[in-house]
Amino acid sequence: MTNTYVDKSYAYAVARLRHAELKLLDSAALEQLISARSTEDAVKLLKDRGWGSDESDDLDEICSKETKKLWEYVDEIVPDINVFNVFRLQNDFNNLKAALKESVMTYDYPGIYAENGTVPAEMIRDAVKSRNYKNLPVYMSEIAEKAHEIFLRTGDGQLCDIMVDKACLDAIRNAGAESGDSFIAEYAELKVAAADINIAIRSCITRKDRDFMTMAIADSGIMSTEGLITATISGIDAAGAFLASTDFAGAVQELKKSPAAFERWCDNLITDRMQSMHYEAFGPGPIAAYIIARENEIKSVRIILSGKQNGFPDSKIRERMRDTYV
Amino acid sequence: MELGLFLAVLGAGLAAGFAGAGSAIGVGIAGRSAAGVVTQEPSMFSKVLILQLLPGTQGIYGLLIGFIVLSQVGILGGEIPSLSKGLIYFAACMPMAIGGFLSGISQGQCSSSAIGLVAKRPDQFGKAMIFPAMVETYAILALLISILSIFGIPASL
Repeated sequence: MTNTYVDKSYAYAVARLRHAELKLLDSAALEQLISARSTEDAVKLLKDRGWGSDESDDLDEICSKETKKLWEYVDEIVPDINVFNVFRLQNDFNNLKAALKESVMTYDYPGIYAENGTVPAEMIRDAVKSRNYKNLPVYMSEIAEKAHEIFLRTGDGQLCDIMVDKACLDAIRNAGAESGDSFIAEYAELKVAAADINIAIRSCITRKDRDFMTMAIADSGIMSTEGLITATISGIDAAGAFLASTDFAGAVQELKKSPAAFERWCDNLITDRMQSMHYEAFGPGPIAAYIIARENEIKSVRIILSGKQNGFPDSKIRERMRDTYV
Repeated sequence: MELGLFLAVLGAGLAAGFAGAGSAIGVGIAGRSAAGVVTQEPSMFSKVLILQLLPGTQGIYGLLIGFIVLSQVGILGGEIPSLSKGLIYFAACMPMAIGGFLSGISQGQCSSSAIGLVAKRPDQFGKAMIFPAMVETYAILALLISILSIFGIPASL
């Protein structure tokens, strides 16, 4: 009965979303942006659809403004924003990495922090600066202390980043499981698995050993970590053969092309999985799908505009486009 | 103590109470969705209001059954029933109580989905209304059996 109640508490949010989804850019709208004659024309098209703000035409500002709008909107409509922590934890851990680096610098770099985390960036910065981590959430405090100590002792920024990244993946998977929603949990697992595969392939190319991979690869729950590591150590082809038996079977071809192609494939896989959320009237699932759709949309706009700014041909931009939710 | 009367009134109370509770939950769920849509688009008010009210009918059916029973068992009219007659009144009220409660909740959930449909495709209002209206069928069937039972109780018992 409790679950039923919690589910129905999203009825308001989901109904609001259904209308908001009408404003998402569909593939025709993205195509229109790609075929715009210049970056200015594309920005104008976006602004006509309510993107960015009147003050600036800068790509970064438009995109960060849209991300900010997205989270303000989600915060406004949902009863508990912590259910959606899977989408926000990455920012926290990026902030932690930034704070660790900043702590050994002579100057302050306040501009390197990301917004929209589960805790304010300032809190992470203060915790690292004062080496007092008790105010941070448990999943961050332990790793922050450990990474800081190793960083100070060895000065090895890469090692420190790997540790924090692994803790981030673990935290994302846990947050997915704790959200109580099967779609969010599935998303978290796919996200972690995709990151694992990326790490494994990069480790293979740079000839890292088993210890390194064990330290960097998190348990995703959808594929055996041990199996992935063992296969990757034997080479790219063995990794491909291992992936062929998982949800990522279709990704093998993309992995051979480039990391960007693989990332695009993963985004499309998630977009495909979230199609069923169109038919859900309750629960946090449809809201999670909207967040992913908006983030993908912002990513696509960034690709289009930066491609245009750098004079990429339209066909090259089109290759990088993700499938759309609507 | 008039046990027959007690059972008949209990039945009437359950029919009105449970069917009303089902409607309250149903209208409540649909109301949340309706509020969500109106927040985004105030002009949709009249369309979503109709969809919100669809699960409200079970409460009215329950009230009707309760009223008919009370008017036959000596509360609002009629004669105080015997124990066996009271038991039959009680049994006759059950279809409405159970059918009303469950169909009210279910219809509310269906209305909620239909409201989502209207939010996305306002031109499909007619179709959106048919889906929750389908659930209504079963509330009406429960009402029918309760009414037939109550009016069919032999006077000689």
